[in-house]
Amino acid sequence: MNEISAAEQVGFPILSTLVFLPVLTMVALAFVRSDRALRRVALAGALVVLFLSLVLTALFRRDVSDFQFGEQLPWVEAIGVSYHLAVDGVSVLFVPLTALLVVVVMLTSWTSVRHQPKAYLIAVLAFETAAIGVFTSVDLILFFVFWELMLIPTYVVIKIWGTGSQRGRAALRYVLAMLLGSSALLVGFVLLGVDYRSSEGSDGALSFDLLELMSSPAGPGTQTTVFFLLGFAFALKAPMFPFHGWLAGTLVEGPIGMAMFLAGLKMGVFGFLRFVLPLAPDAFAQWSWLVALLGVVAVLYGALIALVQQDLRRLVAFASISHVGLAMLGLSTLNAQGLQGALFLIDNLALVSTGMLLAAGYIHLRFGSTDLSALGGLAGRMPLLTTFTLVVSLGAIALPGTSGFPGEFLVLLGAFRAHGWLAMVAVVTVILAAAYVLVSIERAFHGRVRGTVAAAVQDLRPREAVPAAIIGVLIITVGFFPGAVLDYSSASVDDLVHRLDSSTTASTEN
Amino acid sequence: MDTTGLTPLFAMLVPVLGALGVVLLRHVPPARELCGVVAGVVQVGLVASLVPAVRDGGTVSVTLSTFLPQVSIALRADALGVVLAGTAAILWVLTTLYAMGYFGTAPDPALTRFHGCLCLTMAATVGVAFSANLITLYLFYEAMTIITYPLVAHAGTPEAVRGGRRYLAYQLGAGIAFLLPAIILTYVEAGTFDFVPGGIFGPDASSVLLVIVYVLYLLGIAKAALMPVHSWLPAAMVAPVPVSALLHAVAVVNVGVFCVMRVVLDVYGSELVGDLGLGALTLVLTSATIIIASLYALRLDSLKGILAYSTIGQLSYMMLGVALLSPGGRLGAILHLVGHSFSKITLFFAVGSIYLASHRTLASELRGIGRQLPLTMGAFAIGALSIIGLPPTVGFVAKYFLFLGAVEAGQWLVLVVLSVSTLLSAEYYLRIMHGALLVGPALVPSGGADSAAGLRGPSVSEPSGLVVGPMLVTAVVTLVLGVAPGWLLDLIRLSIG
Repeated sequence: MNEISAAEQVGFPILSTLVFLPVLTMVALAFVRSDRALRRVALAGALVVLFLSLVLTALFRRDVSDFQFGEQLPWVEAIGVSYHLAVDGVSVLFVPLTALLVVVVMLTSWTSVRHQPKAYLIAVLAFETAAIGVFTSVDLILFFVFWELMLIPTYVVIKIWGTGSQRGRAALRYVLAMLLGSSALLVGFVLLGVDYRSSEGSDGALSFDLLELMSSPAGPGTQTTVFFLLGFAFALKAPMFPFHGWLAGTLVEGPIGMAMFLAGLKMGVFGFLRFVLPLAPDAFAQWSWLVALLGVVAVLYGALIALVQQDLRRLVAFASISHVGLAMLGLSTLNAQGLQGALFLIDNLALVSTGMLLAAGYIHLRFGSTDLSALGGLAGRMPLLTTFTLVVSLGAIALPGTSGFPGEFLVLLGAFRAHGWLAMVAVVTVILAAAYVLVSIERAFHGRVRGTVAAAVQDLRPREAVPAAIIGVLIITVGFFPGAVLDYSSASVDDLVHRLDSSTTASTEN
Repeated sequence: MDTTGLTPLFAMLVPVLGALGVVLLRHVPPARELCGVVAGVVQVGLVASLVPAVRDGGTVSVTLSTFLPQVSIALRADALGVVLAGTAAILWVLTTLYAMGYFGTAPDPALTRFHGCLCLTMAATVGVAFSANLITLYLFYEAMTIITYPLVAHAGTPEAVRGGRRYLAYQLGAGIAFLLPAIILTYVEAGTFDFVPGGIFGPDASSVLLVIVYVLYLLGIAKAALMPVHSWLPAAMVAPVPVSALLHAVAVVNVGVFCVMRVVLDVYGSELVGDLGLGALTLVLTSATIIIASLYALRLDSLKGILAYSTIGQLSYMMLGVALLSPGGRLGAILHLVGHSFSKITLFFAVGSIYLASHRTLASELRGIGRQLPLTMGAFAIGALSIIGLPPTVGFVAKYFLFLGAVEAGQWLVLVVLSVSTLLSAEYYLRIMHGALLVGPALVPSGGADSAAGLRGPSVSEPSGLVVGPMLVTAVVTLVLGVAPGWLLDLIRLSIG
């Protein structure tokens, strides 16, 4: 596994800039007094990060599977920990997606967050630093640091700016669940680092560097332990059935901005792709039936529960459990289509879940809740919001021509190849998805004008329409030109599949 | 000759621009409708310009984007696609004009939605017609479902919304539950999505799987309304007449039949369909649909209901023609696709005209109406004769080739089915015409709630020229194609090789 350094590609440490620009913005915010100026400075900072992340995406070389824009500094040399950032085809698109989400969250908070906007914006920026750090770290311990760092702003934001009365409990529950996961994660990482010491070429030193660990796979016993430890942590984060208990409460009780991060950025699935598959390939292959099974159950379970939800945010929560299940089914196939599909699915989720929650936010702002059963006939009053919600819904049910389709299609294709008729079960749930999304949307937007809708309501204001338009256009553009997205990941995914194949053959030969 | 060109793409995009125009000009009504007309005329021109290129069995193709090495969104116009797209485009122009007469041109947002969705439906229709592979086909096929939903539920009444929901549930449900798995399994077995005349499956494909996949296709392509996935079509009759006319006589249902044709000809290939016994299976299913639909139509009194069941039967004629696996059968099937479109839309236009003039919707209310509406009932008669299959209409020519195809294939039972169904459809159409044309006006019309309008018999008169004009044009085309089908037959003959 090779790496191209940032110096070679752009001439400056672009990833570090991306990670720490939000910190600079936070510092700048400390000196700003007026609310208006605060929001503008924070948005400007977020826009610069978005711009830089697009530069990163544009300069990224799609023809190689190497890690790129690499930068490495010694950190705790005694135990083999270094400050090492780099992106490859698996991770690169999550950087602009995170940056985009932050911009969207800031724009939506413009009117919805009145209480202590400075603290809120600082928390969002802190989250951005941690999230970009998670996606770009290739040192396990550095990754862990950013992973834990995310907890603090998440907790604070849910606790202080949550919209539900139970927000304190939800925040605590979230943190406890995550801490449980991350302790397993740390143990797994340490096991890997220690195991590396016994491999050839290590000179008896520890290493937590992903690239080094990938070059000398761990033994079968360690792999199985690591698979379960890391798998547990990432399954909790994703969340993957049956570890999803925290999600719905957190989404409903917390503010909608944080819900976008939690439902939109599927770091758990990313963790599987980034660490579990490359570092415990044999164990993953051995237990892939379990992943497939849990995936299919999650797909069904999430869809069925989503079917009876009245609240748009709860609906998004269970729909995302269903989608994560499908992504896990994709991972379990261990073939290129399944993995590409899984990755595409979680890229798409960032757009669709955010879009749904954006719509939920606009509804919440106007009617004080996201309970769809109280609404009706919105279409006539709010054509812009209706159009936007429809586009997002079509993406959520994975209609062709939207960004939802290619990922789902690839996963099903891969699943048919790997698991045969088990994939049929997943297909059935696609119909359920159509049912739960369309039924609830239809109820709220068409039909009789009901309840509070009767009063004059304002359709989307320009500031609200901009993020909606960006997400809507992205959903359709990516739907028609999925090749552009798949190009980014294909080399890295092929490399991963190759690695999985060769390690499986090697282990069967032994 | 196979060439690369952007014309298929432009033909698909023109209606999208039309829809944009409709939205932009929503406050200046006649201009709003004219957007649709202009886009339609341009589309007809673009499709016509493809004729020379596809006449010799050639294709014009363009790739929009590539997912994976073998998976792309690509358009490819061949003769069969041009036939479908051309028919739909011509009738779209006429339907838009008809709708101006039928609904009027008030600056009503509902009408803006109507004309915009109509444009987008045409984009999807042409997209299906020019799809180069199953993925592209599925994309436009499902897009069509979503876009046509607001058209079906146009009236916004609880009844219309219920009908629209049923329509959507059937179409989406069948599409996702059966068509999508069929497409994926096709890829798993064949390794490609591209349409290739003669089929894409290798010799070692599992025949059990191929049979299952074929059945999935037949169930999944609900737009073809093969029983038992037909009941969305009568439900969709809650739509206003111009919608039923274009969608449920032409665009949507033709797309369904077209997809089945593509599956038989370019995914399986006639030979494989014959070898696996799928031709016989299709013959049985279509024959059953033809007879049962005719029996249903006999029992109904609602004009639109009769037309809906008549359409279900006629669509199965087309699929039956292809399933005969003989040249005559294919020729008859494709000719019927064109001929039925013109004939059935004439009938729908006439039913709309009757409704505008007299607010009557039941067959039994039409006694003597022919004297008050001679043009409307004249057009209705031409359309009906064509559907029954009598000369000098296009329906006769198509049926002649279907009979010929059945003889070529040695399917004598099919001859019986076609004959019986001809008699049945003659019965229900002639019953309407007999009442309308040959019997004197009833003293007290049996119109129920609307009887007051009926009582003022003499005041019933032909509606505006925008309603009557398009109806007469389609009626005349039905006759012209019946008398001089030569050039169209040439084009179709080339398209089936």
